[in-house]
Amino acid sequence: MNKHRHSIAFWAGVAIFLVAVLSMTQIVRNEYPFFAGYVILQFIALAVAWSILGGYAGYVNFGTNAFFGVGVYTAVGLFKATGAPLVVQIAAAAVIGMLLGFAVGLLTLRMRGIFFSIATIALAIIIETFVMNWRFVGGAAGIQLQRPPVMAPFDSYVKMLFFVQALLAVTAVAIARYIQNSRIGRGLQALRDDELAAECTGVPTLKLKLVACMISGALISAAGAPAAMYLQYADPSSAFNLSYSVSALAMALIGGTAHWIGPVLGAILLGSTQQLLAVTISSEVNVLVLGIMLVLFVVGAPKGIIGLLRPRYRLRAGGKP
Amino acid sequence: MFSMDLLLGAVVLGVLLGCFYAAVSVGLSVSFGLLDVPHVAHPAFLVLASYGVYQLNESYDIDPLLAGLAITPLFFLFGLLAYRVYYETFERRGSDAGVRGIAFFFGIAFIIEVLIILQFGVDQRSVSATYIGKSWRFGEFRIPIRQLVAFAVALALTVLLAVYLSKTFMGRAIRAVAQDEEALRLMGANPVRIKQFAFGIATAVLGIAGALLIIVAPVEPTLDRAYIGRTFCVVVMAGLGSISGTLIAAIILGVAESIVLTMFGASWAPAISFAMLLGVLAVRPQGLLGR
Repeated sequence: MNKHRHSIAFWAGVAIFLVAVLSMTQIVRNEYPFFAGYVILQFIALAVAWSILGGYAGYVNFGTNAFFGVGVYTAVGLFKATGAPLVVQIAAAAVIGMLLGFAVGLLTLRMRGIFFSIATIALAIIIETFVMNWRFVGGAAGIQLQRPPVMAPFDSYVKMLFFVQALLAVTAVAIARYIQNSRIGRGLQALRDDELAAECTGVPTLKLKLVACMISGALISAAGAPAAMYLQYADPSSAFNLSYSVSALAMALIGGTAHWIGPVLGAILLGSTQQLLAVTISSEVNVLVLGIMLVLFVVGAPKGIIGLLRPRYRLRAGGKP
Repeated sequence: MFSMDLLLGAVVLGVLLGCFYAAVSVGLSVSFGLLDVPHVAHPAFLVLASYGVYQLNESYDIDPLLAGLAITPLFFLFGLLAYRVYYETFERRGSDAGVRGIAFFFGIAFIIEVLIILQFGVDQRSVSATYIGKSWRFGEFRIPIRQLVAFAVALALTVLLAVYLSKTFMGRAIRAVAQDEEALRLMGANPVRIKQFAFGIATAVLGIAGALLIIVAPVEPTLDRAYIGRTFCVVVMAGLGSISGTLIAAIILGVAESIVLTMFGASWAPAISFAMLLGVLAVRPQGLLGR
């Protein structure tokens, strides 16, 4: 009964949020809030997607940028080859991201801890090198993109992208929430706490790991797909920038990974701080702030913001009190 | 296009390059290979050392190798401190050290990168010394003297560290702590202090390695990202903690990179080490001379 009520509250919240976003695109004239808001929503999607593998399962993925870049370049390739609309680009990116996640999962089935993390960085660099040598999408120099005309009811492309990214963020949150409350989530937690013990008690650890890799990968690639149209430009070194990895990881860990709300809080807090800092000081300083916050939280507040706010999660998350 | 001479030249340069890779990786071989610290920030420490050498060379005109030697004690202390923080926050508390330990070093690496950018800017920096810029000719191909200097120093450094770890009392203690920490504790030794000392040594070596890095080629703040692949590739391929394996693995990597560079061009070079790393992890995770 209680769970049911939670569910109604969640979906009501989602509906209110989406209606608010949609009406904002109809009312607000200035485009800047949408530019900034898009980035924050994108970080929500990335951080939540990262935490499905990194938080629930305890596998630290340094390769967020690989999935993100693959999303960007799936969109670019499709758009250039067929002029496919945005929805198709995003769907294709999600499928390719899922396939890549499956490949990563297979390749790293038996790797744990730091080996998994290093393998994901390796994958990012290898894919980036391939894209750099891929002439069709511009190679290392990058490619300019012309946005198609915007669809009703939106009066500018940025506003439409803002709404689309809001949908993607909500999708990521809904999936993360579903996983957390389902058998998959409990299985992932079991394999995070002790993979061997989980395996022995009949948790299908390898299958769960593959599923987590695929879902996380699909969500990250989907969140990356609109970035090409957002910037009207794509080049390998920014699409595969390692800062996407550090941002997703830092936001998830700072927010706390025991509950889906953690990465959302982390992304909103750090994302808006970054937007402010980038405007007022410089983009280097905002990466510095991100790094310092990450180290401080990892050392001082292991359960993140939600651990500080609600001691209950401390017990649920750690295994040990 | 393809010729034996070209291939031979690539192999020779690859061996020189490989010994240099051994020097930048031995520190990681100790800290990650022997001590099991997920030290993702190792390459960032390395680049930091290079900038220290650059600063000394630029303002006091000190030879880069001497400058590297001069910052070695500082890096030793830095290593002691880094391990202390890591130990107090992760190893001692024990719980969930995996995820947070990796994130901790990842964060440190990013902080170092940004601090270097804020201090020195994003431009490439290089050092000046009498042996930089000249080269020896052997008929068809030339070997830059900077490569030879780096090769000689790197080889000496790696061999010295290997001898230190196998012959001296402290070196053996370090290997012992890697083998069985509990047994050491039962015999009345303090494993934490030995590990801290070992981490200090592993970081101190980076003073010289950083000097070699900037002698071989100009450095930039984000160079550490490429070296995550190279150093971890070498250490994993070597077999964790094996110093002689480090040398062999580094030469294999150096030759592979050099050949690909000659045959396919520079744009494929960054992927080599990462591809080899993935291959080793998938096929033979215990490395060539795994313990």
